[in-house]
Amino acid sequence: MNLFKNFNLDKLKDGLSKTRAKLLNSLNETISGKAFIEEDFLEKLEEILISSDIGFDVADKIINQTRIKLKNEKDRSDTNIIRIVKEKLISIFDSENYTPNEIVNLKMKPYVILIIGVNGVGKTTTIGKLANNIRNSGLEVIVGAADTFRAAASEQLNVWAERAKVKIVQKPGGDPSSVAFEAITIALEEHKDVVIIDTAGRLHNKANLMEELNKIKRVISKKIPNAPHETLLVLDGNTGQNAIMQTEEFSKVTNITGLVVTKLDGTAKGGVIFQICDKLKIPVKYIGVGEGIDDLQNFDPKAFVSAIFEN
Amino acid sequence: MLEDLSLKIDSALKKVRGQGRLTEKNISDTLREIRRVLLDADVNYKVAKDFIESVSAKALGKEVIASITPGQLITKIIYDELTLLLGGSHDEIKLNGSGITSILVVGLQGSGKTTFSAKLAKRLLDNGRKILLVAADVYRPAAIEQLKILGAQINVPVFSIEEKNALKVVSESLIFAKEKNFDTVIVDTAGRLHVDEDMMTEVSGIKKIIDPTESLFVVDSMTGQDAVNSAKAFNEKVNYDGIVLTKLDGDSRGGAALSIRAVVGKPIKFISNGEKLNALESFFPDRLASRILGKGDIISLVEKAQESIGDREVEELEEKLKKNKFDFDDFLKQIKLIKKMGSLSSLLGMIPGLGNQLKNAKIDDNAFIKVEAIINSMTRQERKSPKILNGNRRKRIAKGSGTSIQDVNRLLKQFGEMQKMMSKFSKKGFGDSLANFKFN
Repeated sequence: MNLFKNFNLDKLKDGLSKTRAKLLNSLNETISGKAFIEEDFLEKLEEILISSDIGFDVADKIINQTRIKLKNEKDRSDTNIIRIVKEKLISIFDSENYTPNEIVNLKMKPYVILIIGVNGVGKTTTIGKLANNIRNSGLEVIVGAADTFRAAASEQLNVWAERAKVKIVQKPGGDPSSVAFEAITIALEEHKDVVIIDTAGRLHNKANLMEELNKIKRVISKKIPNAPHETLLVLDGNTGQNAIMQTEEFSKVTNITGLVVTKLDGTAKGGVIFQICDKLKIPVKYIGVGEGIDDLQNFDPKAFVSAIFEN
Repeated sequence: MLEDLSLKIDSALKKVRGQGRLTEKNISDTLREIRRVLLDADVNYKVAKDFIESVSAKALGKEVIASITPGQLITKIIYDELTLLLGGSHDEIKLNGSGITSILVVGLQGSGKTTFSAKLAKRLLDNGRKILLVAADVYRPAAIEQLKILGAQINVPVFSIEEKNALKVVSESLIFAKEKNFDTVIVDTAGRLHVDEDMMTEVSGIKKIIDPTESLFVVDSMTGQDAVNSAKAFNEKVNYDGIVLTKLDGDSRGGAALSIRAVVGKPIKFISNGEKLNALESFFPDRLASRILGKGDIISLVEKAQESIGDREVEELEEKLKKNKFDFDDFLKQIKLIKKMGSLSSLLGMIPGLGNQLKNAKIDDNAFIKVEAIINSMTRQERKSPKILNGNRRKRIAKGSGTSIQDVNRLLKQFGEMQKMMSKFSKKGFGDSLANFKFN
């Protein structure tokens, strides 16, 4: 009986169950066509993705794609898994619909940019920075304060216009469409290169306000066919899944050509844009990273994806 | 009898299949689905996980009543727990009976602090308090101007000085308030990111100077996963007393509120919807719970209706319906009542199941204007007995109301249909038919 003195039943059980699990896993992989990833790590991965506001479905999809890709790879290390996840995420921005950052087309003069979004996302601040960027590139900019609704919105834009050293058209208490119309009229008269129109924040489920936006758009195109040439929807980087509905609803009344994601200098990751870009094929053009006039950056998919995995 | 028997057999079978009690197995699908629902509602990943785990652990082994499935039971338990968690100690804000009551308002940029401050001022003003608004956002362009405009709209003075130091603005405002005998001071601070160390130091400095009776953290209901981080950071610096949830009149599910509640444990004190300065609402945890779980807000709708329509008016209407004497005058009255209840789109949004379908439908809040105009162009007699409306009368009404004959005809047709529907209702009595209405 002393023969089995060193025998450890638990250890054997453990070893056997590991072998069994391994066998099961490889069987599972063959049947499902997906690589096996340890439960703990899988959960960690899911947490990182979902915590970035990417949404349950996209997180699920990305993890599945990763497992399929991983199946044919020898390297099953965590680092390699994350590498593949990043690759899959970046590829969402690489679709053919994704156009690079240059937004101003000088063949169209004046080039009209309409800025839209829900309340408090940072439209006016974005315009200040955008006007400054464009003016710095040697173009003449005029901004139209068509948010005639919110208290002191026009004054706020005025401060930004001064900072960016661009001209502003204001009509306190006036009709937003008429402000847009006047801004474009002046731009034509004074041969400005770019017109940026600010609009009042509106929740996308308010039909009358969305109709007002449609009217602004119609008035603009009456003056210049095909204008606005660019309609930028501003999204707050802190916003969760509701950003998708915002984009869908604004798409119904305007032709959104690009997104601006603001407030990304905090800890929010803005991951909801994966779903938006994937579903609606609208490119992200700028990100806002602060309240300074230079804090508007071109969108860089690689850096954006990396930030999701940083703490 | 037979029914009774089949019920017994059914419940016996359930026990055999292990469905008689909640087990990990028979609720796992439902739990997975609920977890997904919570995540889609922007509840924080960890909060959703912990919440579901703790609730289901408590629920395991509970007996299932014969008429419902384990899935339904766990959903109900989760709904109740959610309501409990969101509610907890529900209390209004503290107000000092004597001396100065000071209220500090903090939050991220664009969360709606300034609008909320003005709304709160309006509410307290209506309660007879003497209020001073303090513009302590010395950074954002025209922020002071914005508060001044809002203050002027509600006749509340706004304190501001040419000063780049917010702490100084605040301490001066307190001296001013004392001198001028204000009993309530509401301090609107600059929006700040919780990772901005300088700004966070500033806000905790402001808090120290004011030593507020009540400090409130304002949060946008559309906020995503990061809500827990900002809420925690602000709590560490300010240790606020309550949360204000804004922009719930959008279609966000408001899961951030649950995350914050779970992480910092502070009560939600106000709902601040819309830019109209009387749109400040009290918070009802059960409604938010059903909203997060995607069940609509029918309870709110019913209560809101009761609030706006006086009981007497309801009785009168019921009487008319019973006698089948509902005419255009009553119709006009009804429209006015609906208008009192708020915008049509916000009302419809509260009906469960309609929320999603309505996303595509355009709801024109101005639709009633036409209807009102048409009815206003009718004579007394015409309103009482719409049957006499012949071609000539219709033409006259269209002209008088600035609408077309088609508009008038459409309204008459709809009114006819409504009368039919009403008479069906009235056979049972309006109250009864509402009582039979299932809310879930």
